[in-house]
Amino acid sequence: MAKEIIVPVLGESVTEATVAQWFKAVGDTVAADEPLLELETDKVTLEVPAPVAGQLSEIVAANGVDVEVGALLGRIEEGNGATAQKPAAKEAAAPAAAAPAKAAPATPAASPKPAAPAADLPLAPAVRKLVEEQGLNPAAIPGTGKDGRLTKGDVLRHLEGGQAPSAPAAETAAVETRGVEAATVETRGVEAAAREERVRMSRLRKRVAERLKEAQNTAAMLTTFNEVDMSALKRARTQYRDSFEKKHGVRLGYMSFFVKAAIVALKEIPEVNAQIEGEEIVYKNHYDIGVAVGSPQGLVVPVLRDADRLGFAEVEKEIGAFGARARDGKLTMEDLTGGTFTISNGGVFGSLLSTPILNPPQSAILGMHKIQDRPMAIDGKVEVRPMMYLALSYDHRLVDGREAVTFLVRLKECIEDPERILLDL
Amino acid sequence: MSDTAFDLVVIGGGPGGYVAAIRAAQLGLRTACVDKRGPLGGTCLNVGCIPSKALLHSSHHFAMAGQEFAEHGIAFGKLDLDLAAMMARKEKVVDDLTKGIAFLFKKNKVTHFTGFGRIDAPGKVAVVEEGGKETALTAKNIVIASGSDVAPLPGVTIDEKKILSSTGALSLPKVPKRLAVIGAGVIGLELGSVWRRLGAEVTVFEYLDRILMPMDGELAKGAQKILTKQGLQFELGVKVTGAKATKQGVEIAFEAAKGGDAKTLVADAVLVAIGRVPYTEGLGLEKAGVATDAKGRVEIDAHFQTNVKGIYAIGDVVRGAMLAHKAEDEGIAVAEILAGQSGHVNYDAIPGVVYTWPEIAAVGKTEEELKAAGVAYKTGKFPFQANSRGRTSGDLEGFVKILADEKTDRVLGVHIIGPAAGELIGEAGLALEFGASAEDIARTCHAHPGYSEAVKEAALAVEGRAIHA
Repeated sequence: MAKEIIVPVLGESVTEATVAQWFKAVGDTVAADEPLLELETDKVTLEVPAPVAGQLSEIVAANGVDVEVGALLGRIEEGNGATAQKPAAKEAAAPAAAAPAKAAPATPAASPKPAAPAADLPLAPAVRKLVEEQGLNPAAIPGTGKDGRLTKGDVLRHLEGGQAPSAPAAETAAVETRGVEAATVETRGVEAAAREERVRMSRLRKRVAERLKEAQNTAAMLTTFNEVDMSALKRARTQYRDSFEKKHGVRLGYMSFFVKAAIVALKEIPEVNAQIEGEEIVYKNHYDIGVAVGSPQGLVVPVLRDADRLGFAEVEKEIGAFGARARDGKLTMEDLTGGTFTISNGGVFGSLLSTPILNPPQSAILGMHKIQDRPMAIDGKVEVRPMMYLALSYDHRLVDGREAVTFLVRLKECIEDPERILLDL
Repeated sequence: MSDTAFDLVVIGGGPGGYVAAIRAAQLGLRTACVDKRGPLGGTCLNVGCIPSKALLHSSHHFAMAGQEFAEHGIAFGKLDLDLAAMMARKEKVVDDLTKGIAFLFKKNKVTHFTGFGRIDAPGKVAVVEEGGKETALTAKNIVIASGSDVAPLPGVTIDEKKILSSTGALSLPKVPKRLAVIGAGVIGLELGSVWRRLGAEVTVFEYLDRILMPMDGELAKGAQKILTKQGLQFELGVKVTGAKATKQGVEIAFEAAKGGDAKTLVADAVLVAIGRVPYTEGLGLEKAGVATDAKGRVEIDAHFQTNVKGIYAIGDVVRGAMLAHKAEDEGIAVAEILAGQSGHVNYDAIPGVVYTWPEIAAVGKTEEELKAAGVAYKTGKFPFQANSRGRTSGDLEGFVKILADEKTDRVLGVHIIGPAAGELIGEAGLALEFGASAEDIARTCHAHPGYSEAVKEAALAVEGRAIHA
């Protein structure tokens, strides 16, 4: 009997996903719990395991298809099902089609899988030639052939997408004329394609774009700035770096200080940790701090739950773990939802000053920047200090100017005088 | 379960029925197959595809011996035909194959009942043997695969002695001096070829003004030229109004299809091959409430289900091309559906083959269909005259024609007259299934020297760059 493969629950308020990639083909034998396919949602990609052992007898939702929670993805013939009648053109080795990460969802650490639909199926000869000549990425072209394969038509359409409409085909049956015209269209194709390349937005990027725009459109967003002298932190780091690492098994970074300092300030200015929901302001009594980390698919913001209860070492460990999971595409829905405040660090990329965008539905976000030695006036003298600009973008509907400024000042004070964190001052 | 209770009872043991039964058994359904004939295999194995191909093969050898062997340096005295031996060989081929199916049934544990299958109610089938004995079977599901029978021609009564259906034409005791064939379709042309090769004068009557409808027009024209060269005479655009058996033979009355002077032709035998009609006799459809359409076909939905739950139908008895392989694919599909999987048949990629020599084969759309649908297409054609293998075997007649979408180059139809066209068409079917472009075929390596190179060259010709022509 055939067992159904269903789209699992995806996470709170996530109702839809896209079938990113089937790992198995019709006719393949699968073990129970073996990953069958990858689903892409707004936030994460997740694998769907086989509900039973047997033979994948049918794929109902092919690569690229949108599905809802509970929808039918395919069927497995339980146990030693009779050999499927459908042709399974699987055994051919896939050519090494390069799949640049920009268009691809996060790939599992085990083996690098090309992200596009049917990318592990061999390319048809005509497609191979076009792709090579035009320098195309087959993974970025939607395929309409069997099992999502690319047809020659798909590639031609893709090329045409960026150029002016080509001349109408000649009516004459003369073979020579046809040959010449085909050559003209092809050359034009080569030129146009070289000047630009169209890549379909991944689901994740589309969603990110939507949410950012939503944030901008909803909140009355402003940014207030300050600067912080990092000398004290630097000193603490140098002094305790080795013993910290020895005892806690993790490097002492700046983020733990900033998280802790932020919490001191958040406790003093609760509006910054609150959110507007409809006509109500929801004051959060917990401190779930989102820390932006880079991943192959872009910036993701996993959340440190109850960061006020975490020690410095725990904060550093968690952040390190998030970074690794983000790289491996193993962040879960819970990791990414429910934060109350976000810290983003553009400094690692060299940003001196910026205006971060809110992470909805949060009301504020702290931007850290590059630490740069600057001459500062200290007690009437010029001294070179390691300085960092701080930016706090906030929702003015909820957070007033004075509160935003005070928040940043308090945070700055805690960084410049870390004993304040200890004393909750 | 008792030995008369089944998950599935298939009525009909032809290509549709026996394949459905075997597939269902493979998928774990307890299956029975009821067939009235005795030997399995239906029309195809017993009085259709198989015996005709056996005779075509034998008669081809005979014709080659008489016409071409000398060229090959093969000399012999007088050429004799032992028709009885030829028929005996045909019968052995049929017998071996029907026994083969019986073996497959045993192997897959399909229970075989010989007798008429009658549906008494949903889930209840009675097997009615010749003597009248009835065995009642119960089934969770029933598949009707009762096939088709010869289409009658008004004014003509078939006696299988002088006025023949394909069944009689496959077993004539001697070569008729003159054979008239009514209907220039696949069956008429194949059997006409057999008797022509064995020495009969053959005249083919056809109502339309072209042969082999609904195949591609250019293909049909090419076929007509070749068959005419082989000695078949064609009377096209003609209506046969009657055929009467006389002492001399058969008197065939005919006139122009649009109406005109009545003419007659006297032949020794006439083959009525105007088509086939669905066969539902004795099935009890009316009582069971199963709906049929105006043409007598059992009505089904997209999943082969009739209007009665639990009763399905496939093959010649339902809509679609009356071809054994279509029935087989439907048999597989319905068995898979009954086993809880999905089953589909791609009706756009069903090949059609005429086993004359050269063979004629096609899959996909004809030029006429594309024109009617307003689809812009390009054509690539390649003659076997320029095919190396054709030259070595002396098969110079015919061509491969590939129709491809003008913009996307996607293969839309492939039409072939030539040696082994029926085999070459397999590649085309695969191309259609995968949405391949003509260029994909052109860039797939084909063995040399091979007839299939003509397919490759035709694909190159779509781009105007055949190498060998």
